[in-house]
Amino acid sequence: MPASASWLDPDRLLTGGLRLCAAFSAALLILVVIFLLLQAGPVLDAIGPWRLFADDGWFPADTAAAGQFSIVALLAGSGAVAFGATVLAAPLAIASAVFCRFVAPPRIGQLFRRMLEVLAGVPSVVFGFWGLVVLVPLINRWQPPGASVLAGALVLGLMILPTIALLADSALRSVPRATLSAAAALGLSRWRTALQVALPAARGGVVTGIILGVARAIGETMAVLMVCGNVVQVPASVFEPVRTLTANIALEMAYAYGDHRSALFLTGLVLTLLVIALVLVAELGRGANARRTAHG
Amino acid sequence: MLPIWRLLLVLSAVVLAACGNGQTTTTVTLTGSSTIGPVMTEVARRYEAVNPTIRVDVQTGGSSRGIQDARTGLADIGMSSRALKPAEAEGANQHILARDGVAFLLHASNPVDNLSDDQLRDIYLGRISNWQQVGGKDAPITAISRANGRSELNIFQDYFGVTERQIKPDLIAGENQQGIKLVAGNPDAIIYMSIGTAETDQQAGVPIKLLPLAGVPASSQTVADGSFPMSRVLILVTADALTPAAKNLLDYALSPAVHDLIEAQAFVPAR
Repeated sequence: MPASASWLDPDRLLTGGLRLCAAFSAALLILVVIFLLLQAGPVLDAIGPWRLFADDGWFPADTAAAGQFSIVALLAGSGAVAFGATVLAAPLAIASAVFCRFVAPPRIGQLFRRMLEVLAGVPSVVFGFWGLVVLVPLINRWQPPGASVLAGALVLGLMILPTIALLADSALRSVPRATLSAAAALGLSRWRTALQVALPAARGGVVTGIILGVARAIGETMAVLMVCGNVVQVPASVFEPVRTLTANIALEMAYAYGDHRSALFLTGLVLTLLVIALVLVAELGRGANARRTAHG
Repeated sequence: MLPIWRLLLVLSAVVLAACGNGQTTTTVTLTGSSTIGPVMTEVARRYEAVNPTIRVDVQTGGSSRGIQDARTGLADIGMSSRALKPAEAEGANQHILARDGVAFLLHASNPVDNLSDDQLRDIYLGRISNWQQVGGKDAPITAISRANGRSELNIFQDYFGVTERQIKPDLIAGENQQGIKLVAGNPDAIIYMSIGTAETDQQAGVPIKLLPLAGVPASSQTVADGSFPMSRVLILVTADALTPAAKNLLDYALSPAVHDLIEAQAFVPAR
C-alpha cells in the first residue's frame, strides 16, 4: 500500500497539521477584524467616522440620530491611564532587568525572574479588586474621590511591570558575549557596562517590551473599570476619574441595542487597530535593532 | 489555501448538525425589557429543564417593543419594566412579576440620616457639593451615578425628571458590588442602588445605610407593598389568546418556584 503509506508519513502529517494550526491562528485575527467591521457597519454608515470626534460628548442612544458618539474623552482616558502606567512601570522594570542580569548572583537572579513570571500571570481582576478596596480609599483620603487616572495608572503599572521587565531581561541576555567581554577588557565597571554598553545594545528589545506593555495597558478592562471612576471626561488632573474605551464597552454592552451596540463595536475596532499599530511599531523597532546589531 | 477549506468543511458540518436538532419542540417567545430579560432567561432555563419539549426564546429590545409584540401576537409574552400607557393597556393582560425599588446609600458613619428629594436632585446636578450644606460634616460629597442603560439610572431619571446629560457625577459604577465597595471605602460617598442588593450586603455587615425617601423607609417590605416611591413594576404582558405552552410558562413565572431567581437579580417578587 504505497499510496496510503505516503499519506501516513509522519513528516507529511506534521507539516499539514502545523499548517492548519497556523492558518487557523492567522485567520482568527482577520475574522475578528471582519466581525468588528460588520458589527460597526450600521453606525459607520449612519454617522460616518468624523462624528466620532466632532460629536458633543458620549451620550449613546439606540438610534444614531438621537445619540452623541464622541470617543475623544474615551481615547483621552485610555491614553492617560496607559501613559501613566508606562511612566511608572518602565523605569522600575528596566532597573529590575539590569539587576537580574548584572547585579544579582545567578541564583537570586533566577529566583527574581521566576517571581516576575508569576507576577505576570496574576489575573487582572485580582489587581483591580485590590485597587478598589485598598488603593482607591487611600487616594480618597488624600484627594477625593479616589477612583482616578492615578489609581488606574498605579494598578496598570503593577500589571505591565513584569511584562516589560521580562522582555527587557531577555533583550539584555541576547547582547553578544563578545560585546560584554570587550567592555570587561576595557576595564569598565559593572555599572558602566550595564548602563552604557548592554542597555544601548539591547535598546530595540527594551523598546519592544515597553510598547507591548503599553498595548496590554490599553487593552486591560476589568482592573481599570474598577478603579478609574468611569466618568466620561477629558481629565484635567491625575486625581480626576476617567472612562477608558475598554471599560466603556464592558459597562454598556449588556444594555446596548441598535446603533448604540454598533457604536460599541466601532470602539472595539478602534482599540484593535490601536493595538495592531503598537505591535507593528514594536516590530519595526525590533527589526531596526536586529539590523544595527548585525552591522555592529 | 487547502487547510482553510478543510476547516470550513468541519465548521459547516458542526453548524448543520446543530440546526438539525429540535424539530418536535414547541417554542414560546418573549420580547421586551432588558431589565426583565435576564430574570426570564433564568426562569426559562429552569422551566426547560422540567419541560424538555418546550423551548423558550427570550429576546430583549425595550419595554415598548415587548408590549407591542404581545398585543400583535409577534411574541407570546411581552416584558415591560414600566406601567402601560392607557392606549397600550387596551386588549392587554398585565401580570406583575416583581417590583424593583432603588434607594440611596451612604456610608454607615455618615451622620446624615435624611435627605429631601430636592437635596438629592441638587447633589446629583452638582449644585450641592459639601455634606455641610445638608447638615453633615465638612467634607466634599462623592456622588456616584450608574452606567448608561442600567435600570437604576432609568428609575433615577424618571423619578427626578432629569436627563443623563444634566447629571454631574463624581464617579460612575457598573455592577452593584463595585458600587457597594466604593461606598464602603469612602465615608463621603452617596450612590443609588436596587434595594434588594443593598439590604443583603447591609445584613452581611458591610458598613452602609439606606436612606428613606420622601419619608418612606427603604426596605423590601415597602417595595413589595408598593409604597416606596422610587420604584417600578416589572410586568409580563399577554394577549387574550394564549397557547397552552405560553400559559403554562406564565403560571410558572408567577409562582413561588422562581422567587429565588427573581431575588437573585435584586428584585422583589410580587406577592
